[in-house]
Amino acid sequence: MPPLVELHDVSKLYGSFAALRKISLGFEQGRCYVLLGENGAGKSTLLRIVAGLIKPTHGRLALFGDLSPEEARSRIGYMSHAPMLYDEFSGVENLRYFADLYRERPCLTPEDALRAVGLDPTLKRTVGHYSQGMRQRTSLARVLLPQPDLLLLDEPFSNMDANSARQMLDLVAKLREEGKTVLLTTHQRELAEPVADYLLTLRAGSVASLIDTKVVAS
Amino acid sequence: MKRPYFLLHLLKDLRLEWRSRDAINAMLFFALLVVVIFSLAFDPTRSVARQISGPVLCVAILFAAVSALNQAWARELRHAVLDAQRMTPAPASSLFLGKVLANFLFVSVIELILAPLFTIFYNLHPLGNAWLLLVAVPLGTWAILINGTFFAALSIRSRNRELLLPLILFPIFMPALLGMVLAISAVLSGETDPMLWIKMLAGYDVIFTTISLLMFEIVLHAED
Repeated sequence: MPPLVELHDVSKLYGSFAALRKISLGFEQGRCYVLLGENGAGKSTLLRIVAGLIKPTHGRLALFGDLSPEEARSRIGYMSHAPMLYDEFSGVENLRYFADLYRERPCLTPEDALRAVGLDPTLKRTVGHYSQGMRQRTSLARVLLPQPDLLLLDEPFSNMDANSARQMLDLVAKLREEGKTVLLTTHQRELAEPVADYLLTLRAGSVASLIDTKVVAS
Repeated sequence: MKRPYFLLHLLKDLRLEWRSRDAINAMLFFALLVVVIFSLAFDPTRSVARQISGPVLCVAILFAAVSALNQAWARELRHAVLDAQRMTPAPASSLFLGKVLANFLFVSVIELILAPLFTIFYNLHPLGNAWLLLVAVPLGTWAILINGTFFAALSIRSRNRELLLPLILFPIFMPALLGMVLAISAVLSGETDPMLWIKMLAGYDVIFTTISLLMFEIVLHAED
């Protein structure tokens, strides 16, 4: 089966600074890739390029065979450091708004998406009054809404306590078993390793290593 | 029945504004300040009032609109909501149209509040067809907002966006401002026919609405 996402010699330059240098990779369907690396290694840039939010300076990106970025976009769920939610709305109100925008896709209901991340959908508080961990969970619920084939999660557990992070990892494992492809960046390697099929380490914008965890385990 | 995308964005913006009242409060403060200061500065008689009230009204609307336009995309930038919107299959033009319509409704509310105050402060009694103000003022307001919302989106990635917006907006808005001032003055004084200026405003609106709707996709997906 051809990879779901293929990058061919992808580079991203910001002026003279190279955030990514000639990356060539393929991400297969139904696999979880954990992206590791220090701050500034290029993890977030890589996810934003795959999400179609920024364009590579050089190189080529192929998504879902060879869909156009516009067609591919609705099949991708992207979660960034920021919650990507309106502070003035409750979790359900935010999700209802986004679900309406994804109406061409078979969406989860906002209530089901919130339950999936362990939040109470009847919560009336606005997102502005949520804790950081709750915002991240709601943001993950927003990603889950359109049931995307590819999930791009940029440090999804950075503000969560250990217990919540493990719950979210169980959810990621479940999504992978359903055939979703997950690209997840983290600084908490030990936490994410159990769900990882591959550990991809970036260093200064280049691939330092790509480890198949099953091979290592055997 | 499925609502059109622009209506979803519009309803979202109206609900956000209803809860925070950020734009309305800022605009109201600005517009009232302009109206009161000018009335104190000129102490207008009825004939002078007819000559200056058109420009003063336009200045009040322009300043009020710019104060709102500077914040037009602030909620989308905060917490990167705009990126989430960019990822959805909804067309970019619907996001833009929803935003312009929301801004138009906010400014219209301010204009409705300003109208009676203006009549009192400037002792106004239009000599022309007063109902034409109901055409000229909304057309002029739309002209500010269609360009203002577009250029506010264009300047969101700039650090000096609050300075940049009026710098780009005012020169482009100048023909519409001229048309709006002359149309309002013509209605108030009853000396000339405002229809020429109203037609010009309508033409301006059609041209800039079409261009903005077509170009917004490029602006939305422009990179940092």
